[in-house]
Amino acid sequence: MLTHEQIEKNVGWMIVLTVLLVSVAGLVEIVPLFFQTSTTKPVNELVKPYDPVRLAGRDIYIREGCYNCHSQMIRPFRAETERYGHYSVAGEFVYDHPFQWGSKRTGPDLARVGGRYSDQWHKIHLLNPRDVVPESNMPAYYWLDRPLKEPNIGAKMAALRVVGVPYSDKEIAEAPKAIEGKTELDALIAYLQGMGLALKQTR
Amino acid sequence: MDFKNTSDFVSGFWNFWVIGVSLASIVGCGVFLLIQDKAKTSAGNTTGHVWDETLQEYSNPLPNWWRWMFYITVIFGLVYVVLYPGLGNMAGTFGWTMRGQYEDEMKKAEEQYAPKFNQFLKMDIVAVAANPEAKEMGQRLFLTYCAQCHGSDAGGTASFPNLKDGDWLWGGAPDKIKETIVAGRTGVMTPKGTKPDMDGEQVKDVVHYVRSLSGLSSDSIRAQRGKDLYPQACAACHGPDGKGNADAGYPNLTDKVWLYSSQEASMMETVTKGRTNQMPAFGEFLGPAKVHLLTAYVWGLGGGVKAEAKPAAAAAAPEGMSGMAGTEGMAADKK
Repeated sequence: MLTHEQIEKNVGWMIVLTVLLVSVAGLVEIVPLFFQTSTTKPVNELVKPYDPVRLAGRDIYIREGCYNCHSQMIRPFRAETERYGHYSVAGEFVYDHPFQWGSKRTGPDLARVGGRYSDQWHKIHLLNPRDVVPESNMPAYYWLDRPLKEPNIGAKMAALRVVGVPYSDKEIAEAPKAIEGKTELDALIAYLQGMGLALKQTR
Repeated sequence: MDFKNTSDFVSGFWNFWVIGVSLASIVGCGVFLLIQDKAKTSAGNTTGHVWDETLQEYSNPLPNWWRWMFYITVIFGLVYVVLYPGLGNMAGTFGWTMRGQYEDEMKKAEEQYAPKFNQFLKMDIVAVAANPEAKEMGQRLFLTYCAQCHGSDAGGTASFPNLKDGDWLWGGAPDKIKETIVAGRTGVMTPKGTKPDMDGEQVKDVVHYVRSLSGLSSDSIRAQRGKDLYPQACAACHGPDGKGNADAGYPNLTDKVWLYSSQEASMMETVTKGRTNQMPAFGEFLGPAKVHLLTAYVWGLGGGVKAEAKPAAAAAAPEGMSGMAGTEGMAADKK
């Protein structure tokens, strides 16, 4: 039996026991998630890898810190599903690396914002939210209407392929062409309009 | 795939893994406490080390209240995983699930609210619109689902139609409004209408003619020239008299309602570049009962058109008139 003194004076034991202790919750709460169908497979055929434009839009979403005010996870409460639609499930986010669930909601949840507003609305709203929602306290992202510069789009897709997003060589090769001529606004709106469509019609 | 099954491990091993690690850690804590209880510690003893020349540490037993808190926590943990799902695929004797709780909540709400919704669903739109309670419900729905585009007062803004001014792009009869909410609308104006070879001067001429149709300031010579272009460039959609066609969403050019402001520059842009405007479909998301209430609310805002009456008749309603005046004021404010 180990004594207090042995553990305290033997750094090897100290490390082993500490790691064991702090990893217990992770071993039962996190590790098994890698081995569940519902968390690793798309929930239905509507969940697809991000196309290059949406992928670039997603990076702008992250760059501008949208996640600081918008979550992307509808919880299973009536108050949320009435407003946003079906609650979010893990299988909708299998191609999100990393996912943008968040928990901070200064603005509304965006998990199912896809198709909820017109492209026109998003454009006006992103450039100056007060033009459409006078009460809004969202900052104006007036600089977004500029050309999208994303020279590494292919490399990004290749990196995502390493973590399991099934991009084909052809898709990666054609990515720079797909985002040609787009503005940052176009890309961000494309990303937003694709969000949460997989279970949009599920009540 | 059934996304509702969340204990769908790819192999049975993970079930036992979760059970094993969870139980071992809970039971381990209990055993560790027992061992420590048996260890010979008594008040005043030290651990036997000396740090930094004189620093020593007492090795006192835990106070009883603390010790018992630990035991109670261990027992609580064991009881919890028996009652609630916590051990792999085991459901727990209470049968509780997060989804079950959600479905109970929905069911309860359904029982509470469905009679009200169904009562209104059976009523005619005009009757629902006259019901104060339905109006209150409709307003709440409107503020949740519609206000982001049409404004909390339904007054709209540039490119998002005002819903209370008696002017309707797609018709203001109850069934038309309902159709709009359920299936959405997409309005497209092609660049330079049906005469794509117009140059900038000709576009300006047409714009001035259209301005003259609704009594806006216009250059009479340009308007004359525009009049000759109008039949070729615009009449196919907006009609020979400019009154549009609400069945197909073609706006009336002779009234004082301008979706994109009545400034010459804005009209030039509309004709030169065309416009695409979309109302998203809400039918699937909201369901028939909410759509019905919203239709009645929007219809009742003052701009609604009686199912059989001509649009002109409804515009004569006092609310419709004041709403229309409001639109002009708002369009001016937008400059």
